[in-house]
Amino acid sequence: MSNNVEIPELGFIGLARFAWRQLTSMRTALILLMMMGLAAIPGSIIPQRTSNPIAVRDFFDKHPGTAPFYDRLSLFDVYGSPWFSAIYILLFISLIGCVLPRAVEHFHAMRALPPLTPKNLSRMEHYTTLSGGEEALASARKWFKKNRFRVREEDGSLSAEKGYLRETGNLLFHLSLIFILVGVSFGSLFGLQGEAIVNTGERFVNVPTSYDTLTLGKLTKESDLGQFTITVNKFVAKYDPKTNMPQDYTAYVTTTDGGVSKKQVVKVNSPLTFGSTRVYLQANGYSPIVTVRDSQGTIAFQGPVTFLPQDGNLRSIGAIKVPDATPSVGFVASFLPTFERTKTMGGVSIYPELLNPRLLFSVWSGDLGLDSGVPQSVYRINTKKMKNLGLGSVGVGETFAYQGGTITLEGVTPWINLQIVDDRGKGFTLFGGILAILGLISSLYGRRRRIWVKVTGSQVEVAALAKNNAPGLEAEVSRLVESVK
Amino acid sequence: MNTTWAYTSNNFVYSAMALFTLSFLAHAFETAFAVRAPKNADATDGNLLKKTLDYKRTERAARLATAFMALGTALLLAGIISRGISAGHAPWGNMYEFSITGAFAFSLAYLAALRKYDLRWLGLFISFSVLLTLGTAITLLYRNSAPLVPALKSTWLIIHVSTAIICGGIFLLANVIAAAYLFLERYEESGARPVWALRIPSLETLDQLSYRLVAFVFPLWTFSVIAGAIWAESAWGRYWGWDPKETWAFITWVAYAVYLHARVTVGWRGRRAAWLCIFAGSTFLFNYVYINVWGTGKHTYSGLNQK
Repeated sequence: MSNNVEIPELGFIGLARFAWRQLTSMRTALILLMMMGLAAIPGSIIPQRTSNPIAVRDFFDKHPGTAPFYDRLSLFDVYGSPWFSAIYILLFISLIGCVLPRAVEHFHAMRALPPLTPKNLSRMEHYTTLSGGEEALASARKWFKKNRFRVREEDGSLSAEKGYLRETGNLLFHLSLIFILVGVSFGSLFGLQGEAIVNTGERFVNVPTSYDTLTLGKLTKESDLGQFTITVNKFVAKYDPKTNMPQDYTAYVTTTDGGVSKKQVVKVNSPLTFGSTRVYLQANGYSPIVTVRDSQGTIAFQGPVTFLPQDGNLRSIGAIKVPDATPSVGFVASFLPTFERTKTMGGVSIYPELLNPRLLFSVWSGDLGLDSGVPQSVYRINTKKMKNLGLGSVGVGETFAYQGGTITLEGVTPWINLQIVDDRGKGFTLFGGILAILGLISSLYGRRRRIWVKVTGSQVEVAALAKNNAPGLEAEVSRLVESVK
Repeated sequence: MNTTWAYTSNNFVYSAMALFTLSFLAHAFETAFAVRAPKNADATDGNLLKKTLDYKRTERAARLATAFMALGTALLLAGIISRGISAGHAPWGNMYEFSITGAFAFSLAYLAALRKYDLRWLGLFISFSVLLTLGTAITLLYRNSAPLVPALKSTWLIIHVSTAIICGGIFLLANVIAAAYLFLERYEESGARPVWALRIPSLETLDQLSYRLVAFVFPLWTFSVIAGAIWAESAWGRYWGWDPKETWAFITWVAYAVYLHARVTVGWRGRRAAWLCIFAGSTFLFNYVYINVWGTGKHTYSGLNQK
């Protein structure tokens, strides 16, 4: 390129104005929209921390080379990543810049009269002539009024327009997207989300320490938690005996909220509601109730231990840690609700209900590492510094003796996983969603068109024009002509 | 589970397949035999090779083809309803059931469009695709009629899934028409259309039609996604969680939004618009096939991983 062209100095304001105009142009908005679609793809292929943290850990194990690199690009958290945020923030700024001026313009256009009747109507589409005079104008006016056209009358001609709803709907739709964004951000700033495992018979009190995981919104404080309790009285799971698929999960609970106690039922599609907080039944499993005694027969541990289900038949794994025994003992265990021994896989569960419950374990003694300060999984034991005392298994009511003590399976109680969500923005989002549909319907099905009727002497001219080639205008014109005749 | 009704449903689906086969054959006959050499070829014209189309001879075959298709569609509906009776719930619990309903929506969309546009030339392709879908469904995807898993037990199943399936049927019809556009455009660029394709409406009509189908169904797709979000809120505790299925529904939505903008505001027509339409439609298909069969996430209802 030659340097002959002198570029005028833009200055800061000029540059800003240029950037703003570029950003709010239709083309930029479309490119950003397309980019947002493309940017969403990696999150559907690469496991995400938010939805599947275990898969992310597996990915790190399997691809130790690429995983840290992916991580640096936020590919395990695509929808919270800086680049994804950048795209949608720019898109929404562009959208606002696009829509607001158009809304103002449209507001003026709606209040203005339709444009003057063009001089030469015969060049228009759908041009017809018929004989008639002033009375034709009167009946045309009546027809326009009945069909709710806006009409402008000017010496011997009518200029009528209809279909502003198309643009109104269009603007409404784009504004509704802003509503949705506001709802989403509001929810993430002021909400909270957490999970808690509760054994049947136990009570959940809504304080931070009751949660297994708890994520607070950026502007939410722990003191914002609602004051309620949930006692799980009974949990019933029904399975299809042919396919082993679950058919129904129902938890019977007693809730207290502000001193009011109530018996309620929680199902998968019907959560509990406490003000703006809702509590969902999300998962379930079994907690074997065990008693561990030392060699003197004194109880070192007694109670239910939560086990984590591994498959559809609820084969579950867990760890029973008994630091109070001397020396400390731990049981690396799996629990099978309907136990059966197979040749190839050893003990398996063949049905998710408690038909033949059995606890299988290996016993370890030594340092459980509970005082090491390193956070530990409650479902696993680090047996590196421990001594294996052998394998065993017990059914309900049975006791197994190992070197230094006994373990008894007293019974089994089901646990449920409660998901507690407080999303104060979802009302906004829903409102935005409904608005979006209404806006889309009127903008995509609406037809903007103009019809002119002009009387010159004893001749009536009728012409019409449709924006965006909307169909059906011809029929409409002929109906008008019919009523004018 | 009522097995009698399940068998009845299967028989309906098999009969529907037989009728779609007949429809396919009749369409093939029509396409092949509408072409013939003129009786009194004008030797002086020097244009002996120019053949003409005579629809009178094949009109009956064409009518028959449409009648077979309509009957097949009705039988498919009967199959879907009896499947629902056998299971005791709306029959949208696994991929077999989604597929037969999708095939029904697709052929119904075609039959509905047929009332307004002369699309019979598409019948050959439509009957073949329906046949292919049903065949895949009944051989590879078939699962016994079963009760719903707890998460699916909701009125939203009917609202969300039925609208999604209807949208799918119409999106795919728009895709077929856009593909026909691209196919014929290549012929027209290098001269005339092949003789059997003469009957197909003008390129402009095809272009308009695929746009109109998308514009018609886009609000419904938006509704279906929102209905899914409302359902997800009550079943999973959040209305949007970037689950793979949700992500791809969003991508499809964005792709069609780009398509509509490109047409209405930027003024794209013809080839570019047709490619964009096909791209958007393929994101829908990808979501249906890939995410259902190989994907992970919460929308794992294909039933393919059960015994």
